[in-house]
Amino acid sequence: MISGSNTKSPLLWVVHLSVFLLVLLWTLPTIGLFVSSLRDKDQLAVSGWWTALLSSEQNEIGRAHGPDAQVLKDGLYVISGNILQEEGKKGTLIAFGWRAQEPAAFKAGETADLGKDGKMTVNSDGSYEISQPTEWTGSRGKRIFFTIETPPIFTLDNYREVLTAEGIGQSFVNSLTVTIPSTIIPILIAAFAAYALAWMHFPGRAVLIAVVVGLLVVPLQMSLIPLLRLYNGVGSFFGVPAKTYLGIWLAHTGFGLPLAIYLLRNYIAELPREIIESARVDGASHFDIFVKIILPLSFPALASFAIFQFLWVWNDLLVAMVFLGNTEDQLVLTGRLREMLGSRGGNWEILTASAFITIIVPLGVFFTLQRYLVRGLLAGSVKGG
Amino acid sequence: MEQLASALGTVVVGVLACVAYFYGSNWLLDRVFPANAATPEGGIRNLRMAHAVRPWLFLGPALLALGLYLVYPAIDSIRLSLYNSDSTQFVGLDNYVWLWFDAGFRQSMFNNMLWLIFVPAMSTFFGLVIAALTDRIWWGNIAKSLIFMPMAISFIGASIIWKFVYEYRGEGSAQIGIVNAIVEALGGDPQAWITIPFWNNFFLMIILVWIQTGFAMVILSAALRGIPEETIEAATIDGANGVQIFFFIMVPQIWKTIAVVWTTITITVLKVFDIVFAMTNGQWDTQVLANYMYDWMFRGGGDFGRGATIAVVIMLLVVPIMIWNIRSATADTKGH
Repeated sequence: MISGSNTKSPLLWVVHLSVFLLVLLWTLPTIGLFVSSLRDKDQLAVSGWWTALLSSEQNEIGRAHGPDAQVLKDGLYVISGNILQEEGKKGTLIAFGWRAQEPAAFKAGETADLGKDGKMTVNSDGSYEISQPTEWTGSRGKRIFFTIETPPIFTLDNYREVLTAEGIGQSFVNSLTVTIPSTIIPILIAAFAAYALAWMHFPGRAVLIAVVVGLLVVPLQMSLIPLLRLYNGVGSFFGVPAKTYLGIWLAHTGFGLPLAIYLLRNYIAELPREIIESARVDGASHFDIFVKIILPLSFPALASFAIFQFLWVWNDLLVAMVFLGNTEDQLVLTGRLREMLGSRGGNWEILTASAFITIIVPLGVFFTLQRYLVRGLLAGSVKGG
Repeated sequence: MEQLASALGTVVVGVLACVAYFYGSNWLLDRVFPANAATPEGGIRNLRMAHAVRPWLFLGPALLALGLYLVYPAIDSIRLSLYNSDSTQFVGLDNYVWLWFDAGFRQSMFNNMLWLIFVPAMSTFFGLVIAALTDRIWWGNIAKSLIFMPMAISFIGASIIWKFVYEYRGEGSAQIGIVNAIVEALGGDPQAWITIPFWNNFFLMIILVWIQTGFAMVILSAALRGIPEETIEAATIDGANGVQIFFFIMVPQIWKTIAVVWTTITITVLKVFDIVFAMTNGQWDTQVLANYMYDWMFRGGGDFGRGATIAVVIMLLVVPIMIWNIRSATADTKGH
């Protein structure tokens, strides 16, 4: 749209650069989450995700075997073992020390002088040997400070863990259970209403359209308390649980209807008048026209709404928290994430993997059906204004 | 899995029920008021009756759902705001008086005003700039797609993403949050950003700006494309540079769209709940109305009176935009 003369401007590289920086700014947070979810949890805890491809260095403290492990060899009392195995660490030992002030004073393979003819050697594979001419006494082993270098480790362990042990798998199923009916049921109801509002003449039509536009912006918060009371009342009256999937399906249907009716009405009203009128002349009833002409023609609008509703229901936290319980078979993904933020606040390997699982479905929908989403946005807000 | 089966079953049953309702009620209508009645006058009268009833058959289920889930609760919320915590006793305006003097409410209002200024302004600004810039380069659509992406991410997912960005580790250990790593690299002191009163509001708002910019960009990009080419050519001939063209030629022509974007984001901001709930739950002076309402709704067994009162306040803030929307929509549909 911007005229050709501008495109050749010498400042074009500034445009390229600034767009690149903006894109970077917008995608980095998500990239960080994704990279982190694939990292080894020990590395994730001690180094930034941007260093994921570098080897990481960690300082550790361990303790050698105690005096009861000593053996007499060539006149020296020797204690040996493998510090990496004993401390359960992976990687390559690159430096060690025996005093807290100088935890990395010696390179791997060197021999440290402990004083009084005592010697300590620690190799890169973690094996160590401590010796002195007199017998070791006391009950505890000597402290060894060491630095290990671990190569980058990428793993799917985090995903395996959250899908099974952390209950994300079950919540995924719960989220699907909530989302599928909540997306499909409103479409049909809204489509009939939209047709009536677009092509049928009856008193009060203009008022109804205005009401739908008004309801578009009514905050959900207005509905929560009365509906919660209503659900509790119905539940205790019939002796059934108040928090059920049926309840949340209907709630999402109700909350999604204004947008559905509005989007579909705008679209259906724009369909060519001739098609509908010639069908009328041929004796088709409103019902026939709707089913045979309107529904197939409004597929793009139906798809737009379906995507909106899907994203909204899948991503919803508030409605799920109010109308569903937090039992294992009702906790949806967003609710589970929320719970983990509280209980697993510091375990980033759990949080990042869980978060990525919850956003992967909407991202997939987003990238495959972006066309319809954009169309819906344009229809939904430009005209609505 | 059984659950999913029941969900799919519900879809099938629900869709069939809808079809049965619409088909059945239409069929019934044609039987009750047959067009080929005994007398021609009867036939015409029947047609007219069927014509009058049919729209309401089409609208029926939708009106029922809208009424039950939106209209009735909205009215009931206003009623409940005049009752006590378990809605058993009429207390008049007591809840509103309480609200007026309540410190938590004042803070929520103050923070919400910050949100209402910052988020729509920044989202619209970035959206406009990105829309204008990406139009000039060959990979603009890819860039737009990536910036639009956060729209698909849930608020709670976004909160985790950003909590990781803001992550703070104590002195001495390596920072794994990118913001603190950058601050440290530049020689500053790492901070626990979301616990710093006042400024932490902005760190939460950035999350919503991150999500909403894509929306603003998409709408404004379409509007920019709709600007007549001649106006820009004329300005170019008159010697205007790119920045001048943008601010003095293009922006004035899309004012209306900017207003639409602004108000739409304003509505989203007023309802913002998940981000504050997940990031701070209102601690460190970050409370906002929607979270405060949820808080009262369930605090200590739930105070429905006060919760409803806060909901009514949120509604009141929305009403001006609602009226504006209705007026322009009505103007749009006139003549159809």
